[in-house]
Amino acid sequence: MSKILIGRYVAGDSIVYRMDPRGKLLATILFILFVFLANNPISYIIVTIFSLAAVAATKLKPKIFWDGVKPLIWLILFTSFLQLFFTVGGTVYWRWTIFALSSYGITNAIFIFIRFTVIILISTVMTVTTKPLEIADAIEWLLKPLKLIRIPVDKIALVMSIALRFVPTLFDETFKIMNAQRSRGADFNNGGLVTRAKAITPLLVPLFINSLETAIDLSTAMESRGYRGDKGRTKFRVLKWSNVDFINLFYFVLLLGLLLVFRTH
Amino acid sequence: MSIKFKNVSYIYSPETPMAKKGLDNVSFELKDGSFNAIIGHTGSGKSTLMQHFNALIKPATGKIEIAGTTITPETTNKNLKDLRRHVSLVFQFPETQLFENTVLDDIAFGPKNFGYDNEKALESARYWLKKVGLSEEIGKRSPFELSGGQMRRVAIAGVMAYEPDILCLDEPAAGLDPEARKQMMALFSDYQKDGHTVILVTHNMDDVAKYADNVLVMEQGKLIKQDTPTEIFKNRKWLQEHHLEEPKASLFAAKLTNYKFTKMPLNINSLVKEIEDNLKG
Repeated sequence: MSKILIGRYVAGDSIVYRMDPRGKLLATILFILFVFLANNPISYIIVTIFSLAAVAATKLKPKIFWDGVKPLIWLILFTSFLQLFFTVGGTVYWRWTIFALSSYGITNAIFIFIRFTVIILISTVMTVTTKPLEIADAIEWLLKPLKLIRIPVDKIALVMSIALRFVPTLFDETFKIMNAQRSRGADFNNGGLVTRAKAITPLLVPLFINSLETAIDLSTAMESRGYRGDKGRTKFRVLKWSNVDFINLFYFVLLLGLLLVFRTH
Repeated sequence: MSIKFKNVSYIYSPETPMAKKGLDNVSFELKDGSFNAIIGHTGSGKSTLMQHFNALIKPATGKIEIAGTTITPETTNKNLKDLRRHVSLVFQFPETQLFENTVLDDIAFGPKNFGYDNEKALESARYWLKKVGLSEEIGKRSPFELSGGQMRRVAIAGVMAYEPDILCLDEPAAGLDPEARKQMMALFSDYQKDGHTVILVTHNMDDVAKYADNVLVMEQGKLIKQDTPTEIFKNRKWLQEHHLEEPKASLFAAKLTNYKFTKMPLNINSLVKEIEDNLKG
């Protein structure tokens, strides 16, 4: 479980860390949209350079990013493989029943491979350099327009930050209960599917009860500290745009421009 | 079946940016049937050390010999059931591990896992329910209807119901009222006198002085001292240097500057006796 990198913050210090989370979130979303504009070798090279530049700007060890790609490597290879053998067109080099190896297939496979990798890289850049609470703030800001159609954005934001705050706590709790039940002989790793599903009861029941109790305690504590719903609340964590963020977003507009120019129609 | 730790080290999340040393070259030996206390500051590695006893975590380097099993870094998770039947852990706030519909079923969970048949498991559950000071009527209730202290007793009964040879306790009395605390500690002491080994992690130096016959002092993942309570609490300067408290009796004795003590009293009984001797003489 400790292998999963998505959603994990790695402490560091570089220009990417000082950027506004809203800028980073926007840039990530824009990048994922822009990647689909690329359709020829030059545009894919541009996209790759952009994402590698972002990775380099974090000043983190490359291994961290490799850890981010690793869990998805089979999905990437599988998709590339499908592209490789099931694309028809161009010069056909080899054919056997429904499988065919063609020039189109090879380029498509390479493109898909690059597309997957750069999207994972950029999202990893975002998640490792931004604290979960900052991401929640950024999402809240992005959702703000929804207030116009009466969606309770403040409440959603509060729910999000509480949920994020309790992810590590629940994780610790889960491990603790698991260890306690293991100590009295519960076995979580052996047996068939049904045995394993049954073995989870001693873990899930206490976890549910604890979460509910924590929720009740937390809400009482919030009320006793003067929380009366979202009306009239101020914000303590104020996000501020700086020049770095405008430059960051400018780069992604530049990427859009370059992709539009070099794209073949 | 003594417990032997040889050069045991442990590292949390190794080979990641978050790597952190938990245990640093710890070696010691514990005698069979002894009452051992592990003391030290928060974050000194007490709980990490404790989880090594039944292989919930395995050492990064070194070797552990316990209850006829040898644990090395290469030990796999398979076949640990026998070890855990002999060595059991009571975690801090063990009441969080309750899950069955009735108290008796919850206590019987451990025995059933370790091969007791249904009837024998329930019989053992009834026996230990009484041992921890709860009435038979409570056995039929849901564990979630009980008070915090009662839940704690049920959880502890659940671990003792298969009578492990080595019982490891992590702050078992934290948050209990004074009366319950006394009862629980007496229960563990009796258990040790019946021939089992007890290992207690605690911050309460009065408990250490009263029950333990061997003390391990941890600091920053290292074992800095292992000795009897008398020897550990003898050197006040050393205790202060390592930010350890003293038992109340010896603190009080130190305030009585015009009294002479042949031996630093560690508990109330010996303190009273020493004062009496002083007044007589």
